[in-house]
Amino acid sequence: MPRMTSTTVTHTAAASSASWAGLVAAALLGTDRRTPPVTPRPGQDVAGALLDAAAVRTVRRRAGLLPVAARTVPGPAPEDVRPPLPEAARRRLEQLLAGRAAPGGRRGSTPDLTELLPQWLAAANRHGYRAPADLLPALLEAARARSDLRQEALALAGPRALWLARLNPQWKYALREGAGVGVADPRQAQRVWREGLFAERAAALAALRRTDAAAARELLASTWAEERAEDRTMFLDALGEGLSLADEPFLEQALGDRARNVRATAAALLSALPGSALSARMAERARACLAPGRAGDGTVARILVEAPHECDAGMERDGVEPTPPPGRGERSWWLGRLVEAAPLSLWPARLGVAGAEEAVALPVADGWRADLHAAWAGAAVRQHDAAWARALLGPADEPPLPEGAPGLDPARLLAVLPPGERAEWVAEFVAAHGLSQAFRLLGVCAVPWAEPLGRAVVDALDSARDAGGYPWSFSGVMGLAERCLDPDAAGRLEVLTTLPAGPDETEVTAGAAGYWAEAFGRLVGTLRLRATMRTELQPAAQQPAARQPAAGPAGPLGAATPPRAGGCSP
Amino acid sequence: MNAQGERLTVEQVLALAPDAASRAAGTRLALPGPWSGTGACSTGTGGRVLWGECKGSGGRPYRTVVALAHADGPAYQCSCPSRKFPCKHALGLLLLLWAEGGDAVPEGAGPPEWAASWLDRRRQRADEAASGRAVDATGGPADPAAARRRAERRAARMTSGATELEQRLTDLMRGGLAGVRDAGYGQWDETAARMVDAQAPGLAARVRDVASVAGAGGGDWAARLLEECALLHALNQGFLRVGELPEPLAATVRSRVGLTSDAAAVLAAGPLVRDHWLVLAQRDSDDGRLTTRRIWLYGRGTGRMALLLSYGAAGRAPELCLPVGMSVDADLAFPPAARPLRAVLGTRHAAPVACPEPPPGGDTAAALRAYGEAVRDDPWLEAWPVVLAEVTPVPGEGELGWQLADASGGSALPVDPRGSGDSLGLWRLASLSGGAPLRVFGECGHAGFTPLAAWAPAQLPTLVQTPLPTPVPL
Repeated sequence: MPRMTSTTVTHTAAASSASWAGLVAAALLGTDRRTPPVTPRPGQDVAGALLDAAAVRTVRRRAGLLPVAARTVPGPAPEDVRPPLPEAARRRLEQLLAGRAAPGGRRGSTPDLTELLPQWLAAANRHGYRAPADLLPALLEAARARSDLRQEALALAGPRALWLARLNPQWKYALREGAGVGVADPRQAQRVWREGLFAERAAALAALRRTDAAAARELLASTWAEERAEDRTMFLDALGEGLSLADEPFLEQALGDRARNVRATAAALLSALPGSALSARMAERARACLAPGRAGDGTVARILVEAPHECDAGMERDGVEPTPPPGRGERSWWLGRLVEAAPLSLWPARLGVAGAEEAVALPVADGWRADLHAAWAGAAVRQHDAAWARALLGPADEPPLPEGAPGLDPARLLAVLPPGERAEWVAEFVAAHGLSQAFRLLGVCAVPWAEPLGRAVVDALDSARDAGGYPWSFSGVMGLAERCLDPDAAGRLEVLTTLPAGPDETEVTAGAAGYWAEAFGRLVGTLRLRATMRTELQPAAQQPAARQPAAGPAGPLGAATPPRAGGCSP
Repeated sequence: MNAQGERLTVEQVLALAPDAASRAAGTRLALPGPWSGTGACSTGTGGRVLWGECKGSGGRPYRTVVALAHADGPAYQCSCPSRKFPCKHALGLLLLLWAEGGDAVPEGAGPPEWAASWLDRRRQRADEAASGRAVDATGGPADPAAARRRAERRAARMTSGATELEQRLTDLMRGGLAGVRDAGYGQWDETAARMVDAQAPGLAARVRDVASVAGAGGGDWAARLLEECALLHALNQGFLRVGELPEPLAATVRSRVGLTSDAAAVLAAGPLVRDHWLVLAQRDSDDGRLTTRRIWLYGRGTGRMALLLSYGAAGRAPELCLPVGMSVDADLAFPPAARPLRAVLGTRHAAPVACPEPPPGGDTAAALRAYGEAVRDDPWLEAWPVVLAEVTPVPGEGELGWQLADASGGSALPVDPRGSGDSLGLWRLASLSGGAPLRVFGECGHAGFTPLAAWAPAQLPTLVQTPLPTPVPL
């Protein structure tokens, strides 16, 4: 044990041998009540002697500390062979992750970093980079708080993040959502399926389904009878990915399940399979509900509707919920369920018309038009039928239905169309109706927005400014535009950021014009930042100018770089 | 002197920011968008000046100037109303040098009039200050007798403060610690305030530490409280008999009580230790009134550890900023102490250069031995900076805290639960390790180890598993 120099702390031989527990007990109760095991020096009171002795013991203990026994060290993290992020991109990720915590308030003219993180992650993943190890905890925290980030964040974070998540209960979500990251090895999946927690099993099933749909279904069938009802529903949902007629026997069997949710899920999946027996049964039922109404000359003039009068046991087994939600009539509800689940290919022949467009154009008898079109729209979305979606959407410049109108949801129908057509349709819509109802439609367009959509949105914002509105009335669309406009559009937008020239340019510009200039300034700033981020993600060799040494400590170190002409700036 | 004429690295610029919000705001302005009229040029004295106008929310753009020639770091001027210093515009302008391959700040013939006038005023002030210092140096203190009287008055006050504190401690021992446990912070606050009145800030700070131990609770609170009281008692006793102590220990006692000498005096007194100082870590702490920046250095020639302290008033970043991971050829002066660690930065002889290798380290037993030996010289030491050569982090589980386990031998150091930085710091360490041993720098103390930086294990298997030379701050 190290010896103290005698001058450091005054002490006596008696004090140094006193037991620490005895000193603590005396100090706790007070020397008035308990005499400590110390001998005071002449002229010293017992409290002072206690402190002397305690000081010696303290320093002696601290000077003689020994290591403790190590607990079991975590096993090695799996290797990640993807290339590391370029240095500038690494720094950008750090900044985007830190920006999450930045205080809110009025946004002014600077870009909103938190909104750019999702697309940055997606772009980094397209390049196939791995996230730097020291940023994994921040990445896991960000994705814990925002589920919209999870898929891309966990893909970038890779196997080491899952290794970390097993050590920290706070990151359990990652095991559920990220287990599919990397290769789905069937043997590995079987082991997890037998031994794993629910979340890990669900992830393993989903991962296997993506690579080998039949193996995943067989894995599920192998333990189907032992699973709990709520687990059966969740697992069944995983079959939605890669659904094919090969799944039909299994799903048909699930239609007879004890649990209603399992039956409903199975029915929904089968109705999305136009060749399935269920969709044939639904077609039979739906066919009986609609008939062509012919004019005197024999041409089809309208659609006659005979909605079902009851929901029989067969319909119920095929997933029709017998009780409608509040406010809906029973017959209209049942009609909707049948038509929605019937293959759309049925109708041209049944109604005696050439195709979707003609069918949609036909008048419908007795006020059933809205119900019928809503059901067709549901079927078009479920069956990903672009022709029917196009027909039901109609021309973009027609007056739009009031938002929240029952049935037809143009955003969902749009999502069925190919991206280019989607952008064109929304561009026309914006040109005809402005931005006030365009938010959800813009949300389903592919990013970055293809022309002519970008131009249409910018023109509409420009007109809104000219009309005397305030930019915050359009903050939703503005935010979307910041994230979705093509970064190359920034130059074209620059002119919008300038204030209208006043008599005196130093005069503080009050009112809307100033706010618009600021809002456009932020838009341009964000687009430029996105362009910069895109460049930063290019592999080092492709960057236009090497801004920093590729290796070397902690980033762009000016001192380590040979100074360029002019030193401070080139 | 320092990296004059060079761009500051992004790290260096970000380290100038007073807080995280400014850092984020500054980086958002590091794009050409809001800037106009930017430029840079060299000054006659070899420094660099940057200027630019930044569009804000108002009609008139803010005018920002940064002078990089300053020996203690850059100087800033901005017409914005922000009380942060440097403001986001100054940070943005410095970072702008890195944007667009450097084209965003073109080389100019000279600063515009508004920038030049501020630079002139600044130069004038600097000249006046320099001539003022010259007078001081030749003439010495204006009135040596008055200065001595002031020092004697302060010593008397501190002595009576230490005596009073001793009285309170012995009263506490008589009455028992059990009584103070529920008494709250009130009486400690009052005692701390008395020590501030007695011009003994070191004693005041220790009293507040004792109060936090008393308030923290935990199973062994009484033992920990007794330890803190006993060490405070030893400090009082040391100060009351400082004349009887050998000189290095007397210096330690004086500085721990709060009698410190200013940086210029320390540098003037010498001796200067010139070395290639590797910047190991930098950490800021903020107690609401004051931001304290600690920078740990390792002398590659001497093998010495050093700690630089720099302070900033609330909302201002401390001025001193050294690039972590780089090596600086510089003079340090260590004020006299029984166990010298704190140092003052003197002349920097060259710009910082990349350091080819991390510092050498030892195992966990060696780390505790280093702390133990340091405590033998300075019993009030809480911790001592050490490098652990090869340790694997073991995450905490429930009641069990984190550990750093030796790569071989089955020994481990507990991680000090108080000092792990933000909660993610330890997880960053675990993530860097990936279950493999890595080199860690930190402070080893009686309450455990506080990791401050780590070197990631080499990614690709090589013949010799050499750590990468860049430390990652934790």
